[in-house]
Amino acid sequence: MPDTLLYAIEVSLNGLMAGIMYALVALGFVLIFKASGIFNYAQGVLALFAALTLVGLQQGQIPFAHVINASFGTDLHHFGWTLPAVVAIALTAVVMVGLAWAIERIVLQHLVNQAPIILFMATIGLAYFLEGLGDVMWGADIKKLDVGLPQGINETIDAVTFNAFGYGFFIDNLDIIAAFVAGVLVLALTLFSQYTKYGRALRAVADDHQAALSVGISLRFIWVLVWSIAGFVALVAGIMWGSKSGVQFSLSLIALKALPVLMLGGFTSIPGAIVGGLIIGMGEKLFEFFAGPLIGGATENWFAYVLALLFLVFRPQGLFGEKIIERV
Amino acid sequence: MLYREAGDFKTTYAKDSQTFPIKADRMAYFALLAVAFGVVPFLINDYWANAVFVPFLIYAIAAIGLNILTGYCGQVSLGTGGFMAVGAYACYKLMTAFPEVPVLLHVLLAGGVTAGVGVLFGLPSLRIKGFYLAVATLAAQFFLVWLFNKVPWFYNYSASGQITAPERSMFGIAVTGANTPAWAKYLFCLVILVALAWLARNLTRGMVGRKWMAIRDMDIAAEIIGVNPLTTKLSAFAISSFFIGVSGALFFAVYLGAAEVGEAFGIQKSFLILFMIIIGGLGSMFGSFAGAAFLVLLPVFLKNVLVGGLGWPTDLAAHIELMIVGGLIITFLILEPHGLAQLWRVAKEKLRLWPFPH
Amino acid sequence: MSAEGYTTADGRKIGGVLMEMKNITLRFGGVKAITDISFDIREGEIRAIIGPNGAGKSSMLNVISGFYVPQEGEVWFRGQKRAPMRPYEVARQGIARTFQNIALFEGMTVLDNIMTGRLTLMESGLAAQSLWWGKAQREEVAHREKVEKIIDFLEIQPIRKTPVGRLPYGLKKRVELARALAAEPKLLLLDEPMAGMNVEEKEDMCRFILDVNDEFGTTIALIEHDMGVVMDLSDRVVVMDYGKKIGDGPPDEVRSNPDVIRAYLGVEHA
Repeated sequence: MPDTLLYAIEVSLNGLMAGIMYALVALGFVLIFKASGIFNYAQGVLALFAALTLVGLQQGQIPFAHVINASFGTDLHHFGWTLPAVVAIALTAVVMVGLAWAIERIVLQHLVNQAPIILFMATIGLAYFLEGLGDVMWGADIKKLDVGLPQGINETIDAVTFNAFGYGFFIDNLDIIAAFVAGVLVLALTLFSQYTKYGRALRAVADDHQAALSVGISLRFIWVLVWSIAGFVALVAGIMWGSKSGVQFSLSLIALKALPVLMLGGFTSIPGAIVGGLIIGMGEKLFEFFAGPLIGGATENWFAYVLALLFLVFRPQGLFGEKIIERV
Repeated sequence: MLYREAGDFKTTYAKDSQTFPIKADRMAYFALLAVAFGVVPFLINDYWANAVFVPFLIYAIAAIGLNILTGYCGQVSLGTGGFMAVGAYACYKLMTAFPEVPVLLHVLLAGGVTAGVGVLFGLPSLRIKGFYLAVATLAAQFFLVWLFNKVPWFYNYSASGQITAPERSMFGIAVTGANTPAWAKYLFCLVILVALAWLARNLTRGMVGRKWMAIRDMDIAAEIIGVNPLTTKLSAFAISSFFIGVSGALFFAVYLGAAEVGEAFGIQKSFLILFMIIIGGLGSMFGSFAGAAFLVLLPVFLKNVLVGGLGWPTDLAAHIELMIVGGLIITFLILEPHGLAQLWRVAKEKLRLWPFPH
Repeated sequence: MSAEGYTTADGRKIGGVLMEMKNITLRFGGVKAITDISFDIREGEIRAIIGPNGAGKSSMLNVISGFYVPQEGEVWFRGQKRAPMRPYEVARQGIARTFQNIALFEGMTVLDNIMTGRLTLMESGLAAQSLWWGKAQREEVAHREKVEKIIDFLEIQPIRKTPVGRLPYGLKKRVELARALAAEPKLLLLDEPMAGMNVEEKEDMCRFILDVNDEFGTTIALIEHDMGVVMDLSDRVVVMDYGKKIGDGPPDEVRSNPDVIRAYLGVEHA
């Protein structure tokens, strides 16, 4: 096989893996959008916040240490212990549930029946708030996140492909795990929404708020539930992204990539989020590989958005969305 | 007791549709203009110009622009930063290519170029609605910033990748470049703001504004009563982008002097302007001013209190500012979705009835 | 009935054909909303379209106002076959309408809402308006005068400057009628103008409809559920059921049509 083709295949495979990372964030968006019609811009920041909290708990950082130090002239940093990864993850999950509850209580409850665009802008406000809060609580320095996931080149794939084509593919172990985790998450979410009582309630709410209320489903409980799940998904995404590139502000910007993924896949479709993620991930890596060198590189910054934009002009409901019939 | 409309009857329809129907408002408005033109330029110094007045004037232009698109026409845009960058780079290219042309013309032409780009990115709005469109405008934001970063022609192949405003003067006084006096910066921006605000006001109170609002409130019904959605949306994109382009040009040429696109016109700028119009009031001219003033003053205030007063480190103050801005956005959307402008209206209603509220 | 028109029972002269629907068929996917319907609307006439729920009345109105484009059939307006066009182009030809679920611009005042009705009649462009000088301002004032006449006519002077969102249902319906009238339409479409109103409001609305027809000579096509109202108001009635036309003629004739009686009262099962 010619070298270019081999490189291209390797690039596409890595693109698929990156796409799964995008899809992980997109999944959180879809869950919230389906259940409440809220386009949650803060999903990316939720992932950042989860990752920051995880690192903070694991390393025994004192929350708000900077504020305390600045106010009282103390010099506090750490409690002096480190927690096992599993315990830290469990605690972070609890924090995310608490956060979901607080968001419902303080924000969403007061915005019921507002126009979707108002809710969207409220989540932008929420994103700013959480970003500031994360930094104030845990500090803004770049942190290393290590929960014991294997990283680095997968030797087996490298060896097998080297023997077959004379060129070893570089696939990161972490990406393989991310793909596996994403698969499990999607399966679990599908089973949950299809076969449990709460899943059914969730689908009912997604279909029609009023009707769901009239059969005795508590909207507030469902919203807390769905934001908790989204918080958990954000935690998973935060762990994966954080292990890959460190926990820092840019994490929430990478997470913005989930938006074009959603536009492509449709806001309400879980399979759409996955397929959209894969298309975007592979598309932007291949585009950068072939066209990047010609036009200055770093095309990953915008390719996903422009692709989604062009796609939407021809199919406004996305790949898996339902056709919109307008009525008066 | 002075604030009354009783006895202030309108005898013609033209008088009834003027900008400030109440006499006391008109007086206050002219007094404000008199102070802005006649007093402030003599008192202003570098600190006040750079920290408060000039950014306020420039952001107010951008906020009016975005308010036309989002507040009046209902099309949410997250590409404001990118469009400001278009204005800045167009202005830079024009200033360096035609040094003999007055800089005011460059600024206006830069707005014109931005209007063209705005229309181009506005085209999808015919097919895409709501937050699909909001996300689509992110494409403009990221693509434009990338473009100005990667194509050397736009920054005249300068080694740093930055653009630097050359010195240009009007009536013999520098308005751009390092030697510009504070009052000249201020006055230059003020004149443009007042002129543009007047244009925007005229557009929004007439049939153009009604078409925009019709599209915003119910686009299908608007089309059935005769609004052409294509020309209406694109006119909103064009005019909004013109304003934003002018503000981008001023932001670069007058305020910053030198700019790097990702830093000066990144996505944070898009959000900043959006927040201005949410806090100020969507679909309100007054709101554009109020929101710009609020978000220009807030960081200055916080910096003075937290860093200057409490002695906290600057980065911590910046993070607290994020929290406060985010919290305020949420608070405003919950308590008063029409922003400061509505609070102002309510206060005036009360004042009109005072001291007999019933 | 001749091509030149006819004279109604109360002595009004009805003119020639203003709009003619020829063999209209409208499908959504596989579902036929309208099947092969033909009828005409004459100048100066009050024409009603009635039928049970789901009969396709609103779809018919949407076809007339250009919101839906039928798969088959022709629409003729003022003696010309209408090419497929966007709704706003239909509006510019002089067809205005109201909606079953009020479609006012909630964020605007009553006055601004009614002014939007005149947008097809206003000419000054962007540049002129941005300067608010000369022609643009004169035009605005001239149209404002026309709108004020309609406001007087419909007796809504006190709410001129009220945002529409704050109005009660009955007034909203009236404002919507005002907006449609402001366009000075050649054909006015009313989609259930009396739905959800109490008797008093219905009487007011009937009076307005008759006055509009009488004073401005506006041709009106309306959909209505209240049979009493329809029979009193209209000159001729089209009856639809399951997307088909089952009756067409003056109210008395339609009332005694066996197909119509069957559609409204059901069939006796033998």
